[in-house]
Amino acid sequence: MHKSHPWIAGFLLALSLGFALPAAAAEEGGLAPSNANLADTGSLQNGAKLFMNYCSGCHSLQLMRYSRIAEDLDLSEDQVMNNLNFTGVNFGERIPPSMNSVDGKTWFGAAPPDLSLMARAKGVDYVFNYLKSFYLDASRPVGWNNTVFPNASMPNPLWELQGVQTAKFKAAEGSEPAQFEGFEVHRAGTLKPEEFDKVARDIANFLQYAAEPAAMQRKSIGIWVLLFLATFTLLAYFLKQEYWKDVH
Amino acid sequence: MANRLTQAVTGMQEWFNDRAPSFGPFYAKHMTSYYAPKNFNIWYIFGVLSMVVLINQIVTGIFLTMFFKPSAAEAFASVEYIMRDVEWGWLIRYMHSTGASAFFVVVYIHMFRGVMYGSYKKPRELVWLLGMLIYLVLMAEAFMGYVLPWGQMSFWGAKVIISLFGAIPYVGTALTEWIMGDYLPSDATLNRFFALHVIALPLVLLLLVVLHIFALHEVGSNNPDGVEIKKGPKGNRWSSSAPADGIPFHPYFTVKDTFYTGCFLLICAFIIFFQPTFGGLFLEHDNFIEANRLVTPVHIKPTWYYTPFYAMLRVVPNKLAGVLTMFSAILVLFFLPWLDRGKVKSWRYRGTGFRVALFVLGICFVWLGKIGSGPGTDPVETIIGRFLTAAYFGFFIFLWVYTAFGFEKTKAVPERVNGHD
Repeated sequence: MHKSHPWIAGFLLALSLGFALPAAAAEEGGLAPSNANLADTGSLQNGAKLFMNYCSGCHSLQLMRYSRIAEDLDLSEDQVMNNLNFTGVNFGERIPPSMNSVDGKTWFGAAPPDLSLMARAKGVDYVFNYLKSFYLDASRPVGWNNTVFPNASMPNPLWELQGVQTAKFKAAEGSEPAQFEGFEVHRAGTLKPEEFDKVARDIANFLQYAAEPAAMQRKSIGIWVLLFLATFTLLAYFLKQEYWKDVH
Repeated sequence: MANRLTQAVTGMQEWFNDRAPSFGPFYAKHMTSYYAPKNFNIWYIFGVLSMVVLINQIVTGIFLTMFFKPSAAEAFASVEYIMRDVEWGWLIRYMHSTGASAFFVVVYIHMFRGVMYGSYKKPRELVWLLGMLIYLVLMAEAFMGYVLPWGQMSFWGAKVIISLFGAIPYVGTALTEWIMGDYLPSDATLNRFFALHVIALPLVLLLLVVLHIFALHEVGSNNPDGVEIKKGPKGNRWSSSAPADGIPFHPYFTVKDTFYTGCFLLICAFIIFFQPTFGGLFLEHDNFIEANRLVTPVHIKPTWYYTPFYAMLRVVPNKLAGVLTMFSAILVLFFLPWLDRGKVKSWRYRGTGFRVALFVLGICFVWLGKIGSGPGTDPVETIIGRFLTAAYFGFFIFLWVYTAFGFEKTKAVPERVNGHD
């Protein structure tokens, strides 16, 4: 019966791929890869700094604790409390919103959401692309729009770094909606496009980390679990062969 | 020294046997003197694997209940508390969520095996029926478990599935309100689903599993050749009255199952540690957003293991007809032992028509699953879905006609089972 095993494995693999691949393809459709890497601690530290400077004024990370960030990103308590904590809460506390949701709703039309799980809900590539896709749109209440999340209420918090861009659309024809064609630089920012990509990538990476802090832990432990199970399975195989010697 | 030790062990055995004389024979009946056909192949490991997953679900579930808060206000945050602040909480939670999907993977393969080798046929109809009941309870158990994290897909999935009962004439609306304890899935719904998920249904499930195994051990296991070893020659190395082609379940199949369990755990561990969401199939993206009754997700879809049936519901234009189609697709499986009149059990010796039809059934099920997990907006896909649904039911009609009117040309079934691996 050994000969049937590859067939079964193939069947199961095909079955799981048949499900997983279309799902994976659909979720990242049309988004540029962020290449965010959880193993890159420098990127995570920079992302944390950028997040606290540019995002945390409106968005909370209510599921993250400052102490956990220190532990996971190789930072000391002093470094976190002096450079990342602008809210004045204790080291062991969660990161609260700086703005109350009623104000948020009044100012932007929608309360800025908590971002703790955003990268898991939308994908890290979505966050990366979203941060790069703000453009000027006079028809919107705050003057900004976004191609990744059309009619978002949020203005571009990173405009000084990225510069200001406008979007070119191919005009709507009959039933066809307007087609996005590309961005044009309206005013250059303080960073070059590659440098700004790194800003967006580091923020996306930090949010990816914040969405699942256990991710680093599980990957480093996972290797050992697999090695243990492989050894166990091999021993179990020899035990089985030994017992089954006398079955004819 | 050795003598003393032997004496002590024998003494303890005697002490125990005096007080519970039926325990030893009970153990023997189900383990050391349960003679299983020696020619089991890899398809025969999925029953044991479902037991492994069941135990995993119970043990990890116990730890999850220690930290989970069954209230609409706290459930979502308590799950993330488990993921972040509870020591090893993320591992326990991923073991439980991956286990849920793994459960359906092994159960679906286990059921398919049953059809391949005719394991539902006389004298094992009761084993099949109990297995089908397990499958039904498992679906209810998994559905309620999926509601508990109180994410967007928990809430909206619950709303859609519960609203199916609303299609029942006259009592539908009242019934959905009775199930939810509210007009929408709410705190009351979450709280009662928690009770059912952690106490009521697991108890029923355990009872049914025990009955499933007892019923099996009464009649003995089928095998890939579909030969009744109890009707074959008698006498093996362990007993003169046991079937010659049977070997004791313990230790032979316990060691074999240990090896295959190791293989299975390797796959599960890979998913748990490296792909815990499995591309959004095992844990859906939208479920990382807390339930919000004011924001409807773009695509509401149930978890992958319900999608074949969900697809049937969607491709049928009328809601009540769709609901009936969906439930019939499960119900028809209960009647399989009586729809299939063929005397030959294993597909190895059955007619080509059966093999082709079973292959088509498998394709229909997987393809419907794919359609059911998509947005359901493509009209071509809807047409394909209707054909697949018809083909799914067609399998059962075909099987009855094929076997009841003598169309099946079977091959000669061997007298004894063919070797072993």
